[in-house]
Amino acid sequence: MKRQVKNIISAALIAAMVVPMTACGGSSSSSGSSKPSSGDSSSTKTAEEGKVLNIECWNEEFKSRITDHYPGYQETGDNTGKIGDVTVNWIITPTKDNAYQNNLDKVLPDNANASADDKVDIFLMEADYALKYVNSDVTMKLSDLGITDDDLSDQFDYTKDIVKDSDGNIKGSSWQACAAGMIYNRQAAKDVLGTDDPDKVQEAVSDWSKFNDTAAKAKEKGYKITSTVNDTYRVYSNNVSGPWVKDNKVVVDPNIKKWVDDSKKLVDAGETTTADLWSDDWSKGFFPDGKVFCYFGPAWLINFSMHADEDGSIANKGGWGFCVGPQSFYWGGTWIAAATGTDNPTLVKDIILKMTTDQSILTDIAKKDSDCVNSKTVLNTLASDDSFGNAVLGGQNPYKTLEEGAEKVDMSNISNYDQGCNEEFQAAMKNYFDGNASYDDALKQFDTAIVEKYPELTTD
Amino acid sequence: MGKKLSHNQRVNRWGYIFLIPFLLVFIIFQLIPLASTIYNSFFENYMSGLNHIGPKFIGFANFQKLLSGHELLQYTGNTMIMWVLGFVPQIIVSLLLAAWFTDPSLRLKGQRFFKTVIYLPNLIMAAAFAMLFFTLFADTGPINSILQSIGIISKPYQFMSHAGSVRGLVALMNFLMWFGNTTILLMAGMMGIDTSLFEAAEVDGATANQIFWKITLPLLKPIFIYVLITSLIGGLQMFDVPQILTNGTGDPVRSSMTLIMWLNKHLYSRNYGMAGALSVLLLIITGILSLIVFKATASNEVDE
Amino acid sequence: MDNSDSKLDFDDLGAPKKSTASVTVRRIIAYVVLILLTILCLIWFYILFINATRSNGDLSRGFRAYPSDRLFVNLNNIFHGSLPVVRGMINSLIVAGLTALLTTYFSTMTAYAIHAFRFKGRKAIFVFILAIMMIPTQVSALGFQQLCYSWGLENSFIPLIVPSIASAVVFFYMKQYMDSNLPHELLEAARIDGAGEIRIFNTIVIPLMKPAIAVQAIFAFVGSWNNYFIPSLILHKDEMKTLPILIAQLRAADYLKFDMGQVYAMIAFSIFPVIIVYLLLSRYIVGGVTAGSVKG
Repeated sequence: MKRQVKNIISAALIAAMVVPMTACGGSSSSSGSSKPSSGDSSSTKTAEEGKVLNIECWNEEFKSRITDHYPGYQETGDNTGKIGDVTVNWIITPTKDNAYQNNLDKVLPDNANASADDKVDIFLMEADYALKYVNSDVTMKLSDLGITDDDLSDQFDYTKDIVKDSDGNIKGSSWQACAAGMIYNRQAAKDVLGTDDPDKVQEAVSDWSKFNDTAAKAKEKGYKITSTVNDTYRVYSNNVSGPWVKDNKVVVDPNIKKWVDDSKKLVDAGETTTADLWSDDWSKGFFPDGKVFCYFGPAWLINFSMHADEDGSIANKGGWGFCVGPQSFYWGGTWIAAATGTDNPTLVKDIILKMTTDQSILTDIAKKDSDCVNSKTVLNTLASDDSFGNAVLGGQNPYKTLEEGAEKVDMSNISNYDQGCNEEFQAAMKNYFDGNASYDDALKQFDTAIVEKYPELTTD
Repeated sequence: MGKKLSHNQRVNRWGYIFLIPFLLVFIIFQLIPLASTIYNSFFENYMSGLNHIGPKFIGFANFQKLLSGHELLQYTGNTMIMWVLGFVPQIIVSLLLAAWFTDPSLRLKGQRFFKTVIYLPNLIMAAAFAMLFFTLFADTGPINSILQSIGIISKPYQFMSHAGSVRGLVALMNFLMWFGNTTILLMAGMMGIDTSLFEAAEVDGATANQIFWKITLPLLKPIFIYVLITSLIGGLQMFDVPQILTNGTGDPVRSSMTLIMWLNKHLYSRNYGMAGALSVLLLIITGILSLIVFKATASNEVDE
Repeated sequence: MDNSDSKLDFDDLGAPKKSTASVTVRRIIAYVVLILLTILCLIWFYILFINATRSNGDLSRGFRAYPSDRLFVNLNNIFHGSLPVVRGMINSLIVAGLTALLTTYFSTMTAYAIHAFRFKGRKAIFVFILAIMMIPTQVSALGFQQLCYSWGLENSFIPLIVPSIASAVVFFYMKQYMDSNLPHELLEAARIDGAGEIRIFNTIVIPLMKPAIAVQAIFAFVGSWNNYFIPSLILHKDEMKTLPILIAQLRAADYLKFDMGQVYAMIAFSIFPVIIVYLLLSRYIVGGVTAGSVKG
């Protein structure tokens, strides 16, 4: 379920939230204006290429981005479309029970031999398992498509690190930069710190020891510092000094150990809980009665997951504030990759370039879909635009903080095994936090689980 | 006599003909994967990312690895505990209902309704069922608030953090999902029992007890054996309920990890070697336990 | 072991004999237990219905015992979203219906072969099929997927339906049922009348097996209806997907579209046909003893 959960980013609230974001409007007209120029180029070049473009994905996010923003895309059915004379097929396999990756693992290695109309051309990946495909020949180097480093220069470095193979080739590209920060309950900040000013709050949580002091103060006022220990896990795990696996050996990084020690203290002091993310117990803090001081998350969490459409929620009254928090981190994002064997390389190249580097399209995406887009220039513009004040944040414009955060995120320490290691580590440590196991026993359980998942690895 | 035999032989040849569809489909869709499962148990054979490691013949090394740890024993124990916790109430309730429904002296009204209702929980997908359980048994959920308001506990009980409560919830879910199934099986078995038998017995002065033990149960015996064996096998293959309820972790401290959940862990890396070896062990465990049940029920037959 | 446990129970229960007062007491106990069980069985449908009427934000606040007003909004969102729910319903009906049909018909046939004929290797085949039951389905799932792909059965219903012909569990039930309900004399009589074996099977055995077929048809239909794992490995084309895949897809929706209210409404929507099939078939079972069935 954890895997799903990353996509389960709840939000029905389009009505309440998107209105302020699209207030400046014009997204449809601007994407329309860029149509003619690119329209011809793709249709002339694809003439000698395949007539079918197959896209493997696990939900409809990218489909709706393409439908709304890619010039010349026409919807012809629920999961089909046309670009020029090329038919686009959206092949959706849900993530539950690893079905999406199982499917990719099955079709990608044979892709070159598949018949022209069945060849996968584009597939999507999430950060946690991206390297599995990046470090394999099934994924094309972007340079082989004719995409240069210059084309990607406005993207944030961390989004490129995640899809860099062991030789330094970039094999994917994302339109999102999901930099994240600390989302605090303004009322709680006033009660605990006497101020809800983002800069002042930031001072009180600027490193982990200050954060933990604030946790103690929050408890006195009846607040839990976070809803669960899992809220801060990403913050620690994004700031490690080395990868999970070195020479096929699993290593627990000092910063991850610090998460364990800090969290254990917080749990024992009753300052947080061990609930799962996305559970009822986790989301109770979205309402004033939940008495939670802060959550950690990116723009999409703020905009779509904190139930702003629900009367009585903190988001509904604009009662949240946003600051960097103890360390920079990111959460989420979807990467576009080209499958080796594609018979539509020109079209694939154009889609990747337009959707992830074209500044006018990225601006449209930011306006229409509230994605925190993967362009330094665009985010800078948004940061200085007062109309991008966020209603959930009581009018605060989060883009400056997000942009600075995205610059600081360092994902050079990822490994092929992050998905499994992160999931199993959090699961094993829950036993320690709950008092069901000592740290050593919990660690032993983690080791067992890792060797089950990755037989090639060894542990201490 | 000779003529009769040859006639019988001719007739009995139809046995083979009627077996053809089953055997054909079985060989294609089950025997081939099964043979490769057993074959694979002697190999190192898994995926590392998208790279295939092996297959490399390693003899019994997979079995050694599985048998050297305490896990096999522990997870067999977990599985049996959770099965018994769910099965005992299940069979008691099912037999009780079967006894009541067949007891002419009780003359229960609304039997059709009750008989229909008991199977309904099985219609809900296990995943959806678990979602409802999560909501009900959350720290801030209704069960906790009821327990708190009547003063049994002072602060929320974390159902998912204690071995006893997780096992209990697994057993409860299994019970709810399957007791109707068991009752229906028993009732369908009773379809063939003529109700006049019960009435005649009652006229003869038999008690409800006697009717149940002397008429209902013996007639139910083949179905009862079926229920026992399939439930045991189903219990040993217990997977979806604890898997969903614990997010596949089997926590706390793997106290609710079942054998198939363990098997499933090896399938994540397509570890055909370890999964194959574990399957063979499972086959052996199930075979032994089933044999015991068969033997026990067969000796009963002699008694009668 | 279990037998002795339950024996204690029944001895306690039926202790005082023959007095009408004890019958009344036992009747009251029976009703109380039955009503409790009924509540325990039906409450889930109530909660599911309640949750289907709530909005995503409302749901995150935890359990409520009373419905809200979003049911039609949720249903409307499902039917006007891009998921092919109607098609999914039809696909599920095809797969589950054919599975139920094939598995009961052919398992009865297999059981009949073992029950009615004395041929060489009969016992060995019986034991062999019982052994098959012990193979967990998860074991061969990935090998099964490989097999289906190499035969071009991706996006086909065949791998979901045809394997049910060889269901050891259904066979075993049919065999056990025949042991108590299908006398050999009856078959002999039919043979003497000169009926062909296939005719005997179709016109005499199958009708006599109706209750057993109904039971296993329900189980097979429900099992297939709710099956996610194997279909998710085989079906990728939208026009072939079954309801559990669509539900999983709804749960994996991106944050712009994610809506637990819709998920619950979809689950509620997908349960309806199973309930109807169950109610239709269950009359063969529950009618049984009360109606005073004709002995087979």
